[in-house]
Amino acid sequence: MASVPRSFLLLSIIPTILILCADFACCNTGRKTGDGLDTDFSGFSVPLEHSFEVDDVSRFRMRGALQLRGGRETSVSLSQSQLSEEDRKTLKEVAAVDGLYKIRVPRVSLTDRQTERQMDGYLTAFVRACSLVESHLSDVITLHTDVSGYLIGVSIVTIPGACRGTEVEDEVDLEAFNTTLTIIAPTNAPQPETALFIERMDIEHEKRGKPQEQKSFFAKYWMYIVPLVLFLMMSGAQDQSGGGAANGGGR
Amino acid sequence: MKSSVKMAKLTSLFVILLSFFCISEAVFEDQVGKFDWRQQYVGKTLFAHFESNTQSSKKMFVATDKNIFASFNSRTGDLLWRHVDKTGPEGSIDILLLHGQDALMVVGDGRLLRSWDTNIGGLNWEAVLDTGSFQAACFVAIQDTVKLVAVLKKAAISLHYLSNGHQKWVENLPDSDAVQYQAVYSGGEEEVYVLGVVPNSHLTIIAYSLEDGEIIKQRSVEASWLSSIESSCVVVGQGVLMCVDPATLALYTLPIQAEETPEFSQILLQSLDLEVFPGFQPVLVSSQPHPARSPLSEFFLQLGPDHHVLLQLNADGYTIAPLRDFQPAFLVSFATTGKKTVAAVMTPKNETACAINLFSVDSGRRLLDTTVLFPLEPNGGKPHTLYVHAFLKKDDSVGYRVLVQTQDHALTFIQQPGRVVWTREEALADVVTMEMVDLPLTGTQAELEGEFGKKADGLFPMVLKRLSSQVTLLQAWLAHLWKLFYEARKPRSQVKNEVTIETLSRDEFNLQKMMVMVTASGKLFGIDSKSGSILWKHYLENVQPNAAFKLIVQRTTAHFPHPPQCTLLIKDKDTGLATLHVFNPIFGRKSHIALPALPRPILQSLLLPVIDQDYAKVLLLVDDQYKVTAFPSTKNVLQQLQEMASSIFFYLIRSDQGNLSGFRLRKDLSTERIWEVVLPTEVQKIVAVKGKRPNEHVHSQGRVMGDRSVLYKYLNPNLLAVVTESTDTHPERAFVGVFLVDGVTGRIIHEAVQRKARGPVHFVHSENWVVYEYWNTKSRRNEFSVLELFEGTELYNSTVFSSLDRPHLPQVLQQTYIFPSPITTMEATLTEKGITSRHLLVGLPSGAILSLPKMFLDPRRPEVVTEHSREENLIPYAPEMPIRTEWFINYNQTVARVKGIYTAPSGLESTCLVVAYGLDIYQTRVYPSKQFDVLKDDYDYVLISSVLFALFFATMISKRLAQVKLLNRAWR
Repeated sequence: MASVPRSFLLLSIIPTILILCADFACCNTGRKTGDGLDTDFSGFSVPLEHSFEVDDVSRFRMRGALQLRGGRETSVSLSQSQLSEEDRKTLKEVAAVDGLYKIRVPRVSLTDRQTERQMDGYLTAFVRACSLVESHLSDVITLHTDVSGYLIGVSIVTIPGACRGTEVEDEVDLEAFNTTLTIIAPTNAPQPETALFIERMDIEHEKRGKPQEQKSFFAKYWMYIVPLVLFLMMSGAQDQSGGGAANGGGR
Repeated sequence: MKSSVKMAKLTSLFVILLSFFCISEAVFEDQVGKFDWRQQYVGKTLFAHFESNTQSSKKMFVATDKNIFASFNSRTGDLLWRHVDKTGPEGSIDILLLHGQDALMVVGDGRLLRSWDTNIGGLNWEAVLDTGSFQAACFVAIQDTVKLVAVLKKAAISLHYLSNGHQKWVENLPDSDAVQYQAVYSGGEEEVYVLGVVPNSHLTIIAYSLEDGEIIKQRSVEASWLSSIESSCVVVGQGVLMCVDPATLALYTLPIQAEETPEFSQILLQSLDLEVFPGFQPVLVSSQPHPARSPLSEFFLQLGPDHHVLLQLNADGYTIAPLRDFQPAFLVSFATTGKKTVAAVMTPKNETACAINLFSVDSGRRLLDTTVLFPLEPNGGKPHTLYVHAFLKKDDSVGYRVLVQTQDHALTFIQQPGRVVWTREEALADVVTMEMVDLPLTGTQAELEGEFGKKADGLFPMVLKRLSSQVTLLQAWLAHLWKLFYEARKPRSQVKNEVTIETLSRDEFNLQKMMVMVTASGKLFGIDSKSGSILWKHYLENVQPNAAFKLIVQRTTAHFPHPPQCTLLIKDKDTGLATLHVFNPIFGRKSHIALPALPRPILQSLLLPVIDQDYAKVLLLVDDQYKVTAFPSTKNVLQQLQEMASSIFFYLIRSDQGNLSGFRLRKDLSTERIWEVVLPTEVQKIVAVKGKRPNEHVHSQGRVMGDRSVLYKYLNPNLLAVVTESTDTHPERAFVGVFLVDGVTGRIIHEAVQRKARGPVHFVHSENWVVYEYWNTKSRRNEFSVLELFEGTELYNSTVFSSLDRPHLPQVLQQTYIFPSPITTMEATLTEKGITSRHLLVGLPSGAILSLPKMFLDPRRPEVVTEHSREENLIPYAPEMPIRTEWFINYNQTVARVKGIYTAPSGLESTCLVVAYGLDIYQTRVYPSKQFDVLKDDYDYVLISSVLFALFFATMISKRLAQVKLLNRAWR
């Protein structure tokens, strides 16, 4: 173990930091752990792109910019522009042919700042264009990260999510997105609850055990035992003295 | 005071609950073997020996590639005893030598030397050998008795006493870096010879003194043509090394024991009038009947795939005389009994059989009346190895039995004059995947079904049809009665109840099914689930050893008159190229259906619920260019696919890139990528992905809680459970990730991380729950965790589930428990309608199969018992999961090395059929909620019917009495 090369040690430290960061990132309970990790992570932005085409061939265009802020408390905000006239028309056309509305974000890491933050590739998700139209562009976008703060997935749903075929007449309803944006980190799965169980068992034991412990065998039956012992002692003493007398007599 | 009463109440409830579970499982003594069976296997034979050379001996010994040393009863083929060693190279058997009562075995590439008592299979002794890879071993005799065994390793040779395994001496081999020592030879002299080679340079011969391991002589012989002793040389006659050189087509001889530096003498094969099959590497086969004597001077030379010659080395030591030419001859083998040695030769006879004959070794003459026929199965493998057990008969002639191993790992034991005594299908020791298929209906049932299936064509023909089918039914019934009557007269022992492929038919409750098993060797089996007898087998040749299999039931038995149809997708793991084998699962026959051409590697296969006009489900195969091939691809299917294309989604997983992506089918059968989730491989790697079983039914949509409200389950049929393991394996930082991903939208439904955990992860995904098991690196124990998903107290859309329209994430509940044993595999029970409560079937390394009620794995188990939880029958939380021996469904029938458990519903809701496979195969039934829909075996029919009759008569009599009384009163 002593011959572990130094580079390995270094390597093994980095993920620990990452994990710690992720830990802090995911907790929304406001846990305070003030040690050296207070470095200010100024936010950075990544593009959020969308694509909706009648022929279902993806052509991604800019929809807005995601402001990501890593660090202790991961936060995310979205600034997006309104849909243009042309876009609105296309979207309605796509909805009419039951096409898809796709979004994508580049793969990034929220914590790892120095090394390549942006990896190749995108994370893609989709929703039926008709449901987006019928919900008047109210969508919920969720970003998922893994333990070390990499974005691993994105999802989009609309509320309501159904396509009922209701016509959206008012063009104004399709101008601006009403987006709810959340970022979700993995939850920690529970460990077996041994401590609580033992505590409970102890309480149970105490409750059941106390009266029995108090009343031991002697405590319960002292009224019988004491007279018996007394009686035996008395009779034994008599016997001894009697025996002694007899012995004495024999000499 | 009040609380203590409550607590007492609680504990008593707990006890009652527990006792309730206790009685639920376990079999009664008289039920043993009634509904279950077990078959034990050993694997592909590497070494086989027969006990002794007498006619009455019954034992034979095999060592296999599954690291098993076993003994068979050669009369029945049953296992006498079996030793299952560790899997992998640690337990691999390098060599098996047999001498008298002792079986010597080198295990684990020269790690251990073991001696077994062959009578009872007990271990005599075990010696740990020095490090170094194993090369060869042989018995060494001192003054005509075999007392020692020599083990040659890469850099050392050691001698051990046979009696106790103690080492007599060990010597390092000189110059072992340059010289590859490959053979050790002892011919009963005072020396033991070690042969080594420097490839294409020279041969080294070292003679060690038996007494103290001193090097007596060391010779180096020029041999620029020689590259390996193992593959091209044998020792024949009085210590003459015989080598064959495929380049110059010549035999070389060299006296090992010569005093002066010897030289190879060359004999061209041409001079013996022998010709080598082009491109074939000639092989020499010799025999040393007794380790205390030198080998025979006769030997076989194989010149082609089916050409052998028996040759004899003359006494001068460098001339050779051909004795007999065998062409065609597949296999040859020597066998010795007493002083006589014979050669057995297998020659092809006709399409369906091979003939085996004995030949005298000295003269090459054929021995009379020694022909044995070996039947070649039409769908079996070719003969691979011949093991001959020769013995002297009473009239001093040689008799023999023969064990033939075929390429499909089957062992067939044949006795003169050609009777197959037994066959063992050792391919079943490595089952890869299996399915259970319903048996077909009987003819009459099928007739009725057919009637309903046909289109109505008028009233009169319908009536006629009905009448005719009823006549046939009557006929069948009468025939059945007659058979019953006929059989009742015969003594019971003669009534055969054998299952054959002709008599197969579905029983009343569909408890008997056809098990279709696919083995790693490429042999398919059809096994009757009731008796375990093999009804058909089919060997697929040209299956690569590393192939992956996927078995798909395309058409079940329900579509009479169309036969059921299974498709086996065989994929070469290296190239990714796939082939299809379509067959009828009841008879094993290959279907003559036009198969699609699959020129590109296949990434994914998916079975659609779409059926073609012949009721076969459509199989889609996605190749590496994301193009889709449909099978069957009739016009009807293509049309349906076009119509449905926009609602056909599928996913692909590339675990090497951590990439999960979803696709949607386009009308022209191309695909478009619609979602992508990437798990960085630097952090974690995907180890397994499981969806739900398509034939699973969930009866209740929710759970009724204590306050009478309903908690609805999140039943997403498209949900995938993705399990990952961290790349960092440090115990403090290792973790296991569990992702629940919707397979249609790619939405991550839930993402959880089990810290300080490591695989191997076993998990089951069913209904609305996922149960997984992992190793806790901190506490060093196995733990079970259960995840359950609920929609909440209200359903979003109660009529239909659509992944595209479920905006709200489900509530996820999770609980973790300690499990006191490691596990090897896990599966959940499955029943027809999903009413019966579920159990988890857990295969333990001990060979037991544990039926664990799902009730114990319920994240709603309360820490503190309340009125509501008691109402719901929730068991209070306890961190440790119990293992009760009554829960072992296979009582003492341990299943060695359980690899998989397959569950199938039966026609009875209470009953689930279970097959556990690994080295052994075990089939049984389980009743997770007991047999609520079956009358017990000991149900008292007599009592209930007599009570009924008594009541009936009592009412009749009392009625009559009442009438009389009324009449009398009226008269009064």
